[in-house]
Amino acid sequence: MTSPHTRSPQPGQVPTEPGGGEPAVRVVDLCKEFPGGVLALEGLTFDLPRGELTSIIGPSGCGKTTTLKIIAGLAEATSGEVLVDGSPVHGPGPDRAFVFQDFALLPWANVLRNAAFGLELRGVPKKEREAIAREYIARVNLTGFEKSYPHQLSGGMRQRVGLARALAVDADILLMDEPFASVDEQIRRKFQEDLLYLLAEENKTVVFVTHSIEEAVYVSDQVVILTRGPAHVSKVVRPGIDRSGDSQDIRRNPEYLDWVERIWDELRDYLEK
Amino acid sequence: MATTVQNRAVRIGTHPFLLRVLSILFVLGLWEWAGRVPVSIAFPTCSETLVAFFEMLTDGTFAKAYAETIVPLLVGVFLTAVGGILTGIVLGLSPRAEWLGLPVVIVLQASPSAAIIPLITFQYGIGFAAKVFAVVLLSAPVIVLNSYRGIRNTPRSLLEMSDAFLAKRWQRIWKVVLPAGSGLIFAGLRLGLAQGFTGAILAELIITPTGVGDLITFYRSTADYAHMFAAILSIVVFAAVSIGLLQRLELRIFRPEMRPA
Repeated sequence: MTSPHTRSPQPGQVPTEPGGGEPAVRVVDLCKEFPGGVLALEGLTFDLPRGELTSIIGPSGCGKTTTLKIIAGLAEATSGEVLVDGSPVHGPGPDRAFVFQDFALLPWANVLRNAAFGLELRGVPKKEREAIAREYIARVNLTGFEKSYPHQLSGGMRQRVGLARALAVDADILLMDEPFASVDEQIRRKFQEDLLYLLAEENKTVVFVTHSIEEAVYVSDQVVILTRGPAHVSKVVRPGIDRSGDSQDIRRNPEYLDWVERIWDELRDYLEK
Repeated sequence: MATTVQNRAVRIGTHPFLLRVLSILFVLGLWEWAGRVPVSIAFPTCSETLVAFFEMLTDGTFAKAYAETIVPLLVGVFLTAVGGILTGIVLGLSPRAEWLGLPVVIVLQASPSAAIIPLITFQYGIGFAAKVFAVVLLSAPVIVLNSYRGIRNTPRSLLEMSDAFLAKRWQRIWKVVLPAGSGLIFAGLRLGLAQGFTGAILAELIITPTGVGDLITFYRSTADYAHMFAAILSIVVFAAVSIGLLQRLELRIFRPEMRPA
């Protein structure tokens, strides 16, 4: 896990349309009203192209996490619907795995059991699920920590366990709720690179909620920009940064900086209103 | 080299076991001093009490008394533990049961149970059942309330996680909710055991003069205060030991990460 792979089929190109086929997830006219009449989401519509990484970005409190939880089936929409492979979502399913902002690891279970917990709940026999978990623990660079408990690990390592748990159930769609929000800045960058590298091998559709524009541009094929109060989709952009080079080069790439600036302008318009 | 020796000295000085022994010795020392003052003629010194304690331990007085007290205590605490934890779990999981049941438990906890104990004799006489009932009456509220709180305190994110990874209802309760609440549930059991012990002794003091309660009553009537205090001391030791054993059981079953390596 040293250099990130390219996720776009053709680096450098900025495609206007996602590359062919039905999107993995369609979000159609999604509305969410909280009890008490607060309208959080107002008619969100966007697609998540299969095999790509989409970031949802927006000011804090704009309903990014709510949107993600509705896609996950953990929260219900007031109206509108989420279609996964064409069929509407009515709750969590084996086709989607979730990575939590606060890790949500069982404090009484060691790394191995936590990573295997999704499989444990599905009734996979112990030997089999531990073999799978060990494989993913190795992929997220935690080999040697199988017997450690979450409180013995750093924030970054805990989130790696959360990622291993989500990958181990082999869902097609990976939903990540600000996965790096509770992680140090230095570790965050390394983690972003590792994530891209890992996802390049896995070929999953990923939804990634973040409030960091840099992070969104760096990791995403597509960025959905939400605005606040109530949230609606301001724009869907496809930065398509060439990620073939060294990560430092990418962060200095004018194209990358340009996209950061453009998204920032888009958000600033709404913040100043 | 010098620093290692010093470090070791500091480590021994702050070692939990040593601190515990020191704290016990301190209290016993204070007791000895107060007995020698003396604060009251009915207050024996620590050494007199300890002599009486070992006398009763070796001549089988304790064995006989505890054999009498421990059976209703264990039966009562066992019944309450099973019933109380189940009730607590139901109260914690179902909002309807919570509305219906919680006020009863809170009133029961707030009521002065010692005042109710004499009433037991009307229903259950002065035998075994009356003692068991006294144990249940005192231990139930704290066990139910702690179980309830333990269940309600399951972190939301863990519940969401178990949903996201498709936990069935029983898996969610058995693999997430119960271990998360185990700390409070076992704290309730420990307090419940202590309360139940109080109930058993109260029943023996108030209703039926048998067992350890009878030892206290008997030695008080003969003004043998050293033996009376030895009987009280035995209760303290018994309660402390059984509570410590419960704590070990908890760490063993539910919280392996808190076990000292």
